[in-house]
Amino acid sequence: MFLGLAAPVHAGEPTECGVDGGPFAVAYPLNRVKKAVANKSLSILVVGAGSSQLPGPNGAAHSYPARMQQALSKKLPGVTVSVVTDVKSRRTAADMVKTLPAQLATSRPALMLWQTGTVDAMQAADPDQFSAALETGIAQARAAGADVMFINPQYSPRTESMIALGVYVENMRWVAVQQEVPVFDRFGLMKAWSDQGTFDFYSATKKLDMAGRVHDCIGRLLADLVLEAAKPDLPTDGNK
Amino acid sequence: MVPTTTDRDLRLDLFRGLALWLIFLDHIPSNAVSWITIRNYGFSDATEIFVFISGYTVAFVYGRSMRLKGFLIAAARMLKRAWQIYVAHIFLFAIYLAEISYIAHSFENPLYSEEMGVLNFLNNPDVTIIQAMLLKFKPVNMDVLPLYIVLLLGFAPFLWLLMRSPNSALLASGAIYSLSWLFGWNLPAWPQGVWVFNPFAWQFLFIFGAWCALGGAARLSRAINSPVTLVLAIAYLLLAFFIAMTWHVPGLGAYVPTIVGEVIYPIDKTNLDVLRILHFLALAIITVRLVPRDWPALKSPWFKPAILCGAHSLGIFCLGVFLSFAGHFVFTEVSNRVPVQILVSVAGIAIMAGAAWLISWYRTIERQGSGSGSGPKTQAAKPSLAGGDT
Repeated sequence: MFLGLAAPVHAGEPTECGVDGGPFAVAYPLNRVKKAVANKSLSILVVGAGSSQLPGPNGAAHSYPARMQQALSKKLPGVTVSVVTDVKSRRTAADMVKTLPAQLATSRPALMLWQTGTVDAMQAADPDQFSAALETGIAQARAAGADVMFINPQYSPRTESMIALGVYVENMRWVAVQQEVPVFDRFGLMKAWSDQGTFDFYSATKKLDMAGRVHDCIGRLLADLVLEAAKPDLPTDGNK
Repeated sequence: MVPTTTDRDLRLDLFRGLALWLIFLDHIPSNAVSWITIRNYGFSDATEIFVFISGYTVAFVYGRSMRLKGFLIAAARMLKRAWQIYVAHIFLFAIYLAEISYIAHSFENPLYSEEMGVLNFLNNPDVTIIQAMLLKFKPVNMDVLPLYIVLLLGFAPFLWLLMRSPNSALLASGAIYSLSWLFGWNLPAWPQGVWVFNPFAWQFLFIFGAWCALGGAARLSRAINSPVTLVLAIAYLLLAFFIAMTWHVPGLGAYVPTIVGEVIYPIDKTNLDVLRILHFLALAIITVRLVPRDWPALKSPWFKPAILCGAHSLGIFCLGVFLSFAGHFVFTEVSNRVPVQILVSVAGIAIMAGAAWLISWYRTIERQGSGSGSGPKTQAAKPSLAGGDT
């Protein structure tokens, strides 16, 4: 049921993105992405909240959606990769679902990357309603002809005594398994980085450098996961 | 068969003490030591142990009170106890506010601009503090005491029924549990959502504990001691252990048939999933067999710290919540290296044990101070003192 995708390190990439352990993804094939890649045009819609963006004038260029677009363009020569973002902070999954049909209609993506869960945890939304919102969003995206991939919350050790992510991460994982939607396990990945000393997420700083490097790694690893899930031939130990 | 002995069953204190230690370890975020706690090896965790034993001791202490002094006095004492727990909860909330206000001032990181928004509630204390006092706003890991308060508030009529017709009381409790699942009953929380520990569901384990205390355990003893039960319990624990391993080693997940996954997930802690109840029962059955009531080791000094902690559970529980805040504070402000995590965990348990010893020392001198009472009076007061912590 779970396909292991240990984050691979490719030549020429910052070694810090690599991480032992994992898998940091629950993977299912992305058939619409596969088709879009074959047609040489891949459009991706990133729907997310505050942790999908970085502040400042260059924030957008350094945040993971832009980094992922760059990595995908490099790895898919000859394919036009476009990324549209619908990112606003303080939105729960239910908030995002409200504007989803309009977003899907305008951008007509082959893939919807959906980052959510953190704000639901912060507002202690009803976990059942969170799961229901996820299911609605998946149905809407699929009806609009898009594959869906989840990105779960960030690991944030400073705020752990204030935000109980556990049940939301679990529910997202469970909805993903039932609906056969891949999950990019950002939480597990960042926890592993923290445990292995790659990044110090406890540190307090106003500077963007660490945040930028983290988003760069996340963008690259997301690109790898998209390619992996859209592979023409999945490995035999794949999706079951 | 109602227990008539004034001897406290030390096993209750021992396992409640251990549960308090586990809750403390689990409540420190990102604590490597929490790998040893039981939630990683099966479906249930220390919360079930705590709630069951609390139900058991509450029935034991207030059942005696109700028999000797009547319904009104016993109910009044329970309300007083609920009030004490409420005060303790609000006290902990004040400490929590102090910790996170400090963190709010000292922390900044553009990576976490969204997460820091959780501190926005500090900007409108008028609403937040009132919602906290109404038990609707409950910070992370501060859900157990509000549950306990509600359980105590509703316990008097149950106790009355338990002492007349224990089985119908248990049946009523089971009915409330089932109806809460059927109709989605829960108490509302603030700013939205519901209580993390649904009192309508968790009351079942509490009442079951009370039912066991008032003779149910004795009635069940034949079933508990049957080899069939033992085999079933062991088989269930092994199954739960294997499923739990798939959480840590996702490669193993491939061996769990999809149909099994669909049946068991999600394992609902808020509404006390049946799988969790069964897991707790299996643990309890095996524990009762391995540790008899008169086990000599219960008197050994090695178990003394845990037994003392269990005997003064309210104070030690609150201290544990405070210490877990403090532990998280050490991780964020000093160091989060693994040796520090181990040190914080060990030191926390030592402080809990030390405080429990101090509380019992105070109890001793207070009892001596209250006029070295003559025979019967002290005797009557003893259960509520020795077993005063419900």
